[in-house]
Amino acid sequence: MDTLAQLAQGFAVALTPINLVWALVGVTLGTAIGVLPGLGPALTIALLLPITFKVDATSAFILFAGIYYGAMYGGSTTSILINTPGESATIITALEGHKMARRGRGGAALATAAIGSFVAGTVGTVGITFLAPVVVDFALKFGPAEYFSLMILAFVTVSAVLGSSAVRGLTSLAFGVYLGMIGVDLQTGQARFTFGVPELLDGINVIVVAVGLFAVGETLYLCARHRYGKDEIVPLQGSVWMSREDWRRSWRPWLRGTAIGFPIGALPAGGAEVPTFLSYYMEKKLSKRPEEFGHGAIEGVAGPEAANNASAAGVLVPMLTLGLPTSATAAIMLSAFQSYGINPGPLLMQSQPQLVWGLIASLYIGNVMLLVLNLPLVGLWVRMLSIPTPLLYGGILVFATIGTYGISNSPVDLILLYIIGGIGFVMRKFDFPTAPVIIGMILGPLAEQEFRRAMTISQGDLTVFLTKPLSATLLAIALALWAGPHIYRLIKKG
Amino acid sequence: MFDRREFLHRSVLGAVSAGAIGGFAVPVAAQSMDSLRIFVPANPGGGWDQTARTIEHVLKAANMVKTVQVTNVGGAGGTVGLPQFINQWKGQGNALMVGGMVMVGAIITAKSPLRLSQTTPIARLTGEFEVIVVPANSPHKDMKSLVAALKADPGKVSWAGGSAGGTDHILVGMVARAAGVEPTKTSYVAFAGGGPAQAAILGGQVTAGVSGWGEFSEQVKAGKMRALALSSDKRQPGIDVPTLKEQGVDVELFNWRGVFAPPGVTPDQRNAMIAYVEKMAASPQWQEELKKRDWTGILQTGDAFAAYIESETKRIEAILKDLGLG
Repeated sequence: MDTLAQLAQGFAVALTPINLVWALVGVTLGTAIGVLPGLGPALTIALLLPITFKVDATSAFILFAGIYYGAMYGGSTTSILINTPGESATIITALEGHKMARRGRGGAALATAAIGSFVAGTVGTVGITFLAPVVVDFALKFGPAEYFSLMILAFVTVSAVLGSSAVRGLTSLAFGVYLGMIGVDLQTGQARFTFGVPELLDGINVIVVAVGLFAVGETLYLCARHRYGKDEIVPLQGSVWMSREDWRRSWRPWLRGTAIGFPIGALPAGGAEVPTFLSYYMEKKLSKRPEEFGHGAIEGVAGPEAANNASAAGVLVPMLTLGLPTSATAAIMLSAFQSYGINPGPLLMQSQPQLVWGLIASLYIGNVMLLVLNLPLVGLWVRMLSIPTPLLYGGILVFATIGTYGISNSPVDLILLYIIGGIGFVMRKFDFPTAPVIIGMILGPLAEQEFRRAMTISQGDLTVFLTKPLSATLLAIALALWAGPHIYRLIKKG
Repeated sequence: MFDRREFLHRSVLGAVSAGAIGGFAVPVAAQSMDSLRIFVPANPGGGWDQTARTIEHVLKAANMVKTVQVTNVGGAGGTVGLPQFINQWKGQGNALMVGGMVMVGAIITAKSPLRLSQTTPIARLTGEFEVIVVPANSPHKDMKSLVAALKADPGKVSWAGGSAGGTDHILVGMVARAAGVEPTKTSYVAFAGGGPAQAAILGGQVTAGVSGWGEFSEQVKAGKMRALALSSDKRQPGIDVPTLKEQGVDVELFNWRGVFAPPGVTPDQRNAMIAYVEKMAASPQWQEELKKRDWTGILQTGDAFAAYIESETKRIEAILKDLGLG
């Protein structure tokens, strides 16, 4: 009851006209920057930090939280429409979402993404309100060994995107892991595969790779075969909105995605992308029509979209309960606290209840605003697909280029974008799947770093992965998922 | 929506072109400046960026400048930005780069051919001392007990901190050396960003943790971590934690931040800039920001600062070599 009273107080703060305006500005700006590939919420909030000198703390954080949630909504739009993910957590959305858009189901894809985000965002915020202390206790049980096992579990999801040939799929995966290794190694400070290019010291941004492979590679591929036949984009088929069938197929993935996303988001080193991989894998395995995956299955949009929004809510749990910045955006929000002379820590909720609860209440309000803002836009967005193909794809290239330049204003990123675009074209031409590259690039370095941390702590004792109960459980699940279907088939045969 | 996108593009492009045009007015006197350009070799939001934005805020509040243009070129502890500042900003009398100790170490570990001494050092502004903590339920109650454990079996004592070769790692190396332990034998676990490192300490995954005091102070106050020692030269007012030196570990380390002018400025421009920064550092607005942000003012300017950088580079080079990174 105490929580409810504090939440009510929070709403009293968040519902003042001025704070409502800040929330609206935040979610609108957030949606816009989510759409742009280069500009993420972390960079946007960082650029807006100087307003902390002028605006009071509660309003500033309501604005920042709106940007943060809004970006998660906006990121899926370009993934679905033009195969150009705006944020790394929405890369998986492009797999099914863009296929849906090309089959004239773009409206339904956008709608299930928006409503799924709303459901996950709201359930996630309820989670922050009532479950934060429990979730955080659980999250702190994760050490390097547990994270490594979680990454191994996540690697199993690759099997959902391998395509027709396992060899080709695993080649793509290995290429992705290689790309992830580029840059200064965290554990030794040594540069790997940078070939003397200083811009590579910080590694290659996964967005550059995703946009290169998906948007640029795809565009080149379409150009190359344009003369052989008419392109098959269908602007719109049937209703713009979700049919009853779509609703029936979406609501479970929304809830499952939320259930995966929130706890993993709350893990201090869980990463925003891992839950989207797991959700996609789960939906494909649970679907009654797995053959539709890869050709535009709505479950493959609904689940990962919910997972990424729920994980965004999860990230706020360690931040608000312990003062731990576990994502780039959370780190910048914490540095904003400091410009108000507030040092965020485990006592933040007691020392700044008005701020914290005002922020939480504004998350509820922001989610509603985002839904209201995004649903009417669906009809408008879908019309974009009616643009004649050459113009549309020309526009995609321009958009991808500008967005990539925006990541760090570096020409090196643009060169990389087009090199990777060329590789994407060749991969597409020879039927190599591109999604495993992304999975390898994200999971490879995470798994490697956690493995080496675990080995440093255990002084090289490999049994830590099995003697720690949580880690052993995760590995057992991974093994069951990986080997289970094979064993089942063997039993059935014999 | 198209409007919004256009708006964003415009503001991004606007910022870029304003940076390109941004005035070339030579500071005539130290009193005020038309425009100042600040180069931050880090992404927005971090410590160096915060320093730059705070300088901007203070200069404007004190009426010492009309416009300030901040340019961020982030990556790899400043070694991505440094070549740009040295090559492309050469001779600009109204430009400053923010940098600090982290860069000295990053230059060495990344084997960058450039040196911080190739810029024109203006002033050391702030410093943050490091703290060594253990989880609240750790058996180690003081530095003596931790050092004893380190001497007994260096590999068994795991340390969580920032990236390899950074300030936290350097402190661990110094502590090991002071305790007579081979620094390469230490078990240092590097984390990206403070959140995951703090989580590893709070969850008892590691023996000890190292970071700037500001990063851990709230956890210590809440009783979730126990602070064993500070790396400062003497006790800090209001902080009930002994220094390393008090506990027999002869180590002192400040994570300092400062400002640098580009290479090739005239002696007049350099002197004017030093006087300008000194005036800013003396302003009540700057003092107020220091207090609010828990930064320690350790002003040192001109030749003294240049000499300090030389000695810091030598000291850090030696310890990184000991850690096997040099």
